[in-house]
Amino acid sequence: MLRARDLCRQYGRDDSLVRAVDHVDLDVAAGETLAVMGPSGCGKSTLLHLLGGLDRASAGELWVAGQRIDQMSERGLAAIRRSGVGFVFQAFHLMDELTAVENIELPLLLAARPARTARRRAVQLLDQIGLADRARHLPSQLSGGQQQRVAIARALANEPLIVLADEPTGNLDSEATLEVLRLFERLHDAGQTLVVVTHDARIAATADRLISMRDGAFIDETRLTGGTTGSLGALAGLEG
Amino acid sequence: MQQEVLLALLAKEPSHGYQLRARLREALGPIGDAMNDGQVYVTLGRLEKAGQVVVGRAPGTPERPDRKIYELTAAGQQRVAEWLAEVSWPKPDLAEFHLKLLAAAAAHLADPVAIVDAQRRELLRRLRDAQRAAMAESRDSAAALLLEGIVLRLQADLRWLEACERTWTSRKAGPRREQRATS
Repeated sequence: MLRARDLCRQYGRDDSLVRAVDHVDLDVAAGETLAVMGPSGCGKSTLLHLLGGLDRASAGELWVAGQRIDQMSERGLAAIRRSGVGFVFQAFHLMDELTAVENIELPLLLAARPARTARRRAVQLLDQIGLADRARHLPSQLSGGQQQRVAIARALANEPLIVLADEPTGNLDSEATLEVLRLFERLHDAGQTLVVVTHDARIAATADRLISMRDGAFIDETRLTGGTTGSLGALAGLEG
Repeated sequence: MQQEVLLALLAKEPSHGYQLRARLREALGPIGDAMNDGQVYVTLGRLEKAGQVVVGRAPGTPERPDRKIYELTAAGQQRVAEWLAEVSWPKPDLAEFHLKLLAAAAAHLADPVAIVDAQRRELLRRLRDAQRAAMAESRDSAAALLLEGIVLRLQADLRWLEACERTWTSRKAGPRREQRATS
């Protein structure tokens, strides 16, 4: 679904050269949930922006659903951003003056879908995220967790090939994080391809695959298959 | 099963063993799956011998012949009160892991960073199990709060492992690299 070869993104030059993404190879299969984990400044957000066509690589090759996008025209890239990928951000980035349902239908209207179709789809998505009764609320009238769920619904509006999420639980408390994780799990079950960059171990632990990133490069890859050496009871101090 | 826990459950009202088991299951949710039901009876037997519970008999029905009913004694009540006032806390054994890394590095037995990596994978697997269990619980279940505690604790341990990895990676790279990193 997603393929990167020798992907680089540099800023500055000479002494102030920053290799934000440094020769990264990446393959993400359709339906896979991938977490990229690393400390702030490791380049994971830059990587996500490259993958979604929000930023252009300094070097390397990048394919989204078999389509090479690193050489693509600005117009082609805009089309990919509009309907090929859905973005979720740490700070939600909802439009303050639009209601929940209007925020979700916005990308549909931008993709020139008829207003009625757009509204129907937005209402259906709101229902799926359990916020049907909040349709006419402004973002300021929603909790952080609810705002993030609306933002996820917005990302899903145009049925993107890939959802890219940047620290989606960074501003959320435990309960709201659980709700976002439940929603991601449902997306995963529905076959959605999902790439999340995060330093939240809870997301990383529930992903299919986990990549650790430092100084712009991948340093480790883990599939958390197999059982633990203990049971849940042992974790709670119930045994032994 | 810890003796004090059963005593404290009995403080509400005299109960049959199966009632105690049911209350434990409700409080623990999926975590209680590992609980051995026989343990409850073994522990109740010990408490009886210690004089902290007394056993009565409840009249039986055709389906359920008469059963033992357990009740707290004054000594049992005293012990519950002391337990509630206690501030003991389960110890995380971080010193052992810390010493493992130091010893492995000093004797060139193993790469400390590799040990940290293996440990992190194991903790991430545990976090995955706890997180999945938490996701399956409803918001108002008693066990959800316990699962949240487990998740938070694992996150704290994982953060410490990150610190271990940083330190041992820079030690491996030698003092020069460390100097550059701090300048």
